[in-house]
Amino acid sequence: MMTSAIVMMALGLGVTWIGAGVCIVIAIKKKQL
Amino acid sequence: MQKREQWGTRAGFILAAIGSAIGLGNIWRFPYVAYENGGGAFFIPYLFAMLTAGIPFLILEFSVGSKFKTSVPNIFKTLSGRWEWLGWWQLLVSFIISIYYVAIVGWSISYFVLAFTQGWGADPANFFFKTYLQLSDTPFAFNGIRWPILGAILCVWFICWVVLFSGVKKGIESASKVFMPLLFIMVLIITAQAVTLEGATEGLNWMFKPDFAALLNFKVWVAAYGQLFFSLSLGFAIMLTYASYLPKDSDMANNAFITAFCNCGFSILCGVMVFSVLGNMAFNQGVGVDQVVSSGVGLAFVTIPTAINSLPSPVFFGTLFFAALLFAGLSSMVSLCEVSVSVLIDRFSISRKRAASIYCGIGILCGIVFASRSGLLVLDIVDRFINNFGVLAGGLVEIIFLAWICGLDGFKDKINLTSDFKVGTLWSFCLRIITPAILGYMSISNLIGDIKTPYGGYPSLALFVFGWCLVGGIIIFSIIINFTVQGGEK
Repeated sequence: MMTSAIVMMALGLGVTWIGAGVCIVIAIKKKQL
Repeated sequence: MQKREQWGTRAGFILAAIGSAIGLGNIWRFPYVAYENGGGAFFIPYLFAMLTAGIPFLILEFSVGSKFKTSVPNIFKTLSGRWEWLGWWQLLVSFIISIYYVAIVGWSISYFVLAFTQGWGADPANFFFKTYLQLSDTPFAFNGIRWPILGAILCVWFICWVVLFSGVKKGIESASKVFMPLLFIMVLIITAQAVTLEGATEGLNWMFKPDFAALLNFKVWVAAYGQLFFSLSLGFAIMLTYASYLPKDSDMANNAFITAFCNCGFSILCGVMVFSVLGNMAFNQGVGVDQVVSSGVGLAFVTIPTAINSLPSPVFFGTLFFAALLFAGLSSMVSLCEVSVSVLIDRFSISRKRAASIYCGIGILCGIVFASRSGLLVLDIVDRFINNFGVLAGGLVEIIFLAWICGLDGFKDKINLTSDFKVGTLWSFCLRIITPAILGYMSISNLIGDIKTPYGGYPSLALFVFGWCLVGGIIIFSIIINFTVQGGEK
């Protein structure tokens, strides 16, 4: 697989799922989830 | 007066909102749109659109719904008596979408059953169009009802009825808590298996290989905003309705961030799944991925079954894929129906049980055309016009009304009072300038495009009746309802 394709796939999946994870952790810390 | 229902937990609301956002489009539209618009480079405008339009608009809709805690026409009536028609417009749009969306979810049920034996045979295209749909040549050639399709549609309506009948907490929230985790697990399992198939990496190269030159093309940016706008269920009352069941002091901003991130992340995951399978299919046929790629109904019911036929474990892939399609469709379908059910409850003081029964009954009767032999053709025209004009224009008018006429300061204060993430000038700029500009451009270019070039090569009369008349009828009907319906308000 091409490196540029791997980088873009990692970027897309990483930004969205890490973003979701951070927001969920913030909510959990406030005991709202 | 009935006590207004509420979500039982914050997680329940978030899962329901994600369930509404994640639909068939995430699976069958996003991968193709990304592939067509710069591959991996498409994620840059897509993520930019999420941050500058999707999340700000979602925060606003959550805030408005949560503030007024009533159904959509009542929200707009409370904001300004002259704008109630906008609520009815959005309600009619969601109603029309629900009566054809149910047909596609019904096909998914049929294909889930067929997947156990690969009942679509060696030629899935021939099976889908000739045997299953028995598709007519023209939209007006209804040629009677396809009873197996009607049966599948009735199954979907029954599931929706049970969920809606059971209420917000026991019905929608409980269903979302089952549907969403299952959907994620199924897609993860398929993806994990799919990436190990021969040719999968070549498929992923086709989808993710970035073409950065595409970023200079304005149409790529418009495609990113369009994909995001349709995907997040913005502009047709769903998120307003769901947020109206939130308790006081809910964190609107963080809820919107979680919903948008999960929706977009799921879309990209579906891209990995779909293009891995397409890569394997191209490998088996000895052709390039560009020869097998497709989107929409063709991808789900023709290309994927064709690919499944040559996979090492077709029953496993087939049943999981169509179950995922079914869960994604069902959760969105429930949210579409809830818009009207909430209006029946709030505006006409009908009990939820009766409201759910009345809505599903009307939906079955109005949607029977989609079980006919020309159902797919009618569906294609209605979907095109409803999305291009009903949803887009509804969202544009809504954002202009809320951001320019009502003003954002009141909503901003409420959001900042309860949210982890504060909104400020940038949020207002996105809502007052960026979102209306993009939606306005898309609405006008779609209008000019459809006037210049009749859509899909359909006969003019069919486009006029199922397209232009439908959209015009929605606008006229919403204004008439505005002046005639005098119900109770909560």
